[in-house]
Amino acid sequence: MKAAVVTFPGSNCDYDCLKSVEQVGAEGVFVWHRETDLGDVDLVVLPGGFSYGDYLRPGAIARFSPIMDAVVDFARKGGPVAGICNGFQILCEVGLLPGALLRNESLKFQSHDCWLRVENPDTMFTRQYARAQVLRMPLAHADGNYHADMETLARLEGENQIVFRYVTRDGSLGEGSNPNGSAHNIAGIVNAEGNVLGMMPHPDRAMEEILGSTDGVGLFASMVDHLAGAAS
Amino acid sequence: MNRYHLEVRVVPRPGLLDPQGKAIHHSLHSLGFTSVDDVRVGRAIMVDLDADSEDQAREQAEEMCRKLLANPVTEDFSIEFLSVEELPARAGSSEGGSHG
Repeated sequence: MKAAVVTFPGSNCDYDCLKSVEQVGAEGVFVWHRETDLGDVDLVVLPGGFSYGDYLRPGAIARFSPIMDAVVDFARKGGPVAGICNGFQILCEVGLLPGALLRNESLKFQSHDCWLRVENPDTMFTRQYARAQVLRMPLAHADGNYHADMETLARLEGENQIVFRYVTRDGSLGEGSNPNGSAHNIAGIVNAEGNVLGMMPHPDRAMEEILGSTDGVGLFASMVDHLAGAAS
Repeated sequence: MNRYHLEVRVVPRPGLLDPQGKAIHHSLHSLGFTSVDDVRVGRAIMVDLDADSEDQAREQAEEMCRKLLANPVTEDFSIEFLSVEELPARAGSSEGGSHG
């Protein structure tokens, strides 16, 4: 099983993502953004970072990188694509996911651990988690304030496309649960087809005890698990 | 072909939370500008381009906005033509904005 990690100029979590997919048993390959072909990969990860220095808007320029046509094509054919942090921003800009990530309500670059509640464990990205399981992962972003129009938010809610929500340590949506002002406390969503995931927190930085949490393992293991199931 | 100087303004949609505008609003009030009712922050992008006509220049700029300069989910844009006199002075440019 092969996983592509796309490196854009300014990506800084590409090695974290490569290590993450390898930790759960996939073969990881870097794909440089100037490539036009993903090769024979089974899943694609768009890593975090500051592609093109976040000029104009985060992800606005990366989404026109040569490789993105292949990523869109791969996603449209049902291939699993996961965008983490800047990867989420790129997926919104390219239109594979609805909505946009605005500047944090605090106007600050937030960099700390956060608590996430698994809202939908029935996706190829979350099948190793339990419903309402509370996960601990780091987040590190200035623009993670998820926004979409009312109609889109209603659709995301109705179709169970909200995969992760920011919560407090005890799993509630109360005061202090929302680190960036995201609508409906949204931390991660999938597309209508369920094969494209975007999330702001970093499962790739929650893969080993020494990092403070291993709660990210389930996400990468879910993808590999799903693909192994599809292959057999 | 003529040379056109355009100012593209990209602003957050009305009603959309604009944390930068809010922070500046707050700061202006602290400075005593208590008459300020609302502040919104966008960006101005100066584009010089060659086109056959003003209409064609505008059309091109609108396409640039739709594709890249503005995010259709969160931002509105407007396009203004600038005369040479309105152009900001540029370092290292002795060209006076010659037309044609």
